[in-house]
Amino acid sequence: MSDVLVVSEHRRGELRDVSYEAITAGRELADARDGDLHVAVIGGDVDGFAEDLNREGVDAIHAVENGEEFDHNVYQTAIAALLDRTDAGTVVTPNSVNGLDYVPAVAEDRGLPLVTDAIGFEYDDGLTVTREMYGSKVETTVDVDGDRHVLTVRGGEWAPAEGVGDAPVESVEVDLPESGARVTGFEEVGGGDVDIADADVLVSVGRGIEEEENLELVEELADALGATLSASRPIVDNGWLPKNRQVGQSGKVVTPDVYIAVGISGAVQHVAGMKGSDTIVAINTDPNAPIFDIADYGIVGDLFEVVPELIDEFA
Amino acid sequence: MKVLVTVKEVAEADDDFAIEGTDIAASDLEYDLNEWDDYAVEAAVQLAEAGVADEVVTVTIGPERADETVRMALAKGADRAVRVWDDAFEVGFADVAAKVSTFEAVVEAEEPDLVLGGVQAADTGFGATGVALAERIGFEHAAVVNDLEVDADAGIAHVRRELEGGVEELTDVDLPAVLTVQTGLNEPRYASLRGIRQAQRKEIDAKDLADLGLTPGDVESALEITSMYEPESESDAEIIEGDAGEAAGRLAEVLRDKGVGA
Repeated sequence: MSDVLVVSEHRRGELRDVSYEAITAGRELADARDGDLHVAVIGGDVDGFAEDLNREGVDAIHAVENGEEFDHNVYQTAIAALLDRTDAGTVVTPNSVNGLDYVPAVAEDRGLPLVTDAIGFEYDDGLTVTREMYGSKVETTVDVDGDRHVLTVRGGEWAPAEGVGDAPVESVEVDLPESGARVTGFEEVGGGDVDIADADVLVSVGRGIEEEENLELVEELADALGATLSASRPIVDNGWLPKNRQVGQSGKVVTPDVYIAVGISGAVQHVAGMKGSDTIVAINTDPNAPIFDIADYGIVGDLFEVVPELIDEFA
Repeated sequence: MKVLVTVKEVAEADDDFAIEGTDIAASDLEYDLNEWDDYAVEAAVQLAEAGVADEVVTVTIGPERADETVRMALAKGADRAVRVWDDAFEVGFADVAAKVSTFEAVVEAEEPDLVLGGVQAADTGFGATGVALAERIGFEHAAVVNDLEVDADAGIAHVRRELEGGVEELTDVDLPAVLTVQTGLNEPRYASLRGIRQAQRKEIDAKDLADLGLTPGDVESALEITSMYEPESESDAEIIEGDAGEAAGRLAEVLRDKGVGA
């Protein structure tokens, strides 16, 4: 039971990067437990995916040829079958939207302890997971009972697995029970006339703006700088700006030359969408806001005082 | 149709806080209704207003203090509330399975057709209870729902799931189901004064484990928090000092150097 099963993830014909990161995390755990690393790929072009996933350190690949896109029923059934036919005691998956839709059910079904959103772990007679709490303000270490578990790992915390492996690929087909949840399609959201992913300079606004009326101030700054206006999730949730302006995991990934975060605390989901910017500037009242951890320049101050002064500088 | 909404009172840390043992000092924490659950409450109340739901019941695991949060959900239109607490929860960190065992007992008593809850809690961020509950009680499920339409006659919830990168998945889920909702699903209302007054008269049914036919062993946790600390900042940010005018002036120089505003 010291083997590890990593479940990869793909969407619309492409493996997602977090799959390779999960392989690195899985290998780390398998090494600590002196076990083998199994990788599962479920649905879609499993043969092509299996080839890409065959990286250094992978001991076996299981290609489950059921379905095209993600379906939690298929994933649950396939993983249960793989846990039966391998010696894997721990399941490691990306902590992703689709992960949230099937991993808790797998853990519950098997009666395994579940720890989500791991940013690190150690294995020494038992598993100790590092994760964040209270909106990234603190880190905790969590001891997990028993030697079998389910772990989801946060994107960007482990390096993607590299190299070419020579793991055998085994085709698997599972019997699917009838499902009461059916995927009927996919839709891109947003659209609109502006593509923030094309902008060289972004002025991005977050919860710190407090009221919809105050958006005008940040619009004025964007105008003065010749920049494009974008936003973090709460602004879009409030309906103050359309979805196509949202930067983050569930919005757009942007890589401008300059990204100016105004009143954005820097939740991990937001950072996932903008950390590739060349220069990051943050204006925020809270000196401990996580946005300062990735910023190149920061002003700890009240945006309602700083932004008007900045507009004056460029007027 | 009966809708059960799982709500959680979450703790938020002040900007300045101290860590005592394996938690933040109680005096540095403020409590509020979990943001994601607020959207779930709103969705349930809208179903009631549309005549789709006959009754909206909330369930929470929390100490007496949580009544304040529960009243907020009642003030927004939930009909009644169940609050579960027991000494057994005081001893440590309840894992997903412990919460699921508690909710399972409440589901057995309430027999809802639809269970709604936030996709995650702002304090612990596990994002797992709803889907694990669905598995335990044999309901269908969907996670990270940001659009919901219930066809009660057909017994189907038409949902959209918000995937990464601006893609939405359209899914039909047979009822009974557990749906975990993402922020942005709707616009949660503010509690009206009238609602707040009415909430005072609504029932909060406080239960302990024995009331639900459970024992402390049923909510034993496999997880134990062994340390808590402030993360070391890996930041090499240049913090621009000075009053607003000075800081803005210095930042303007930096931005001009980068070709901004040219």
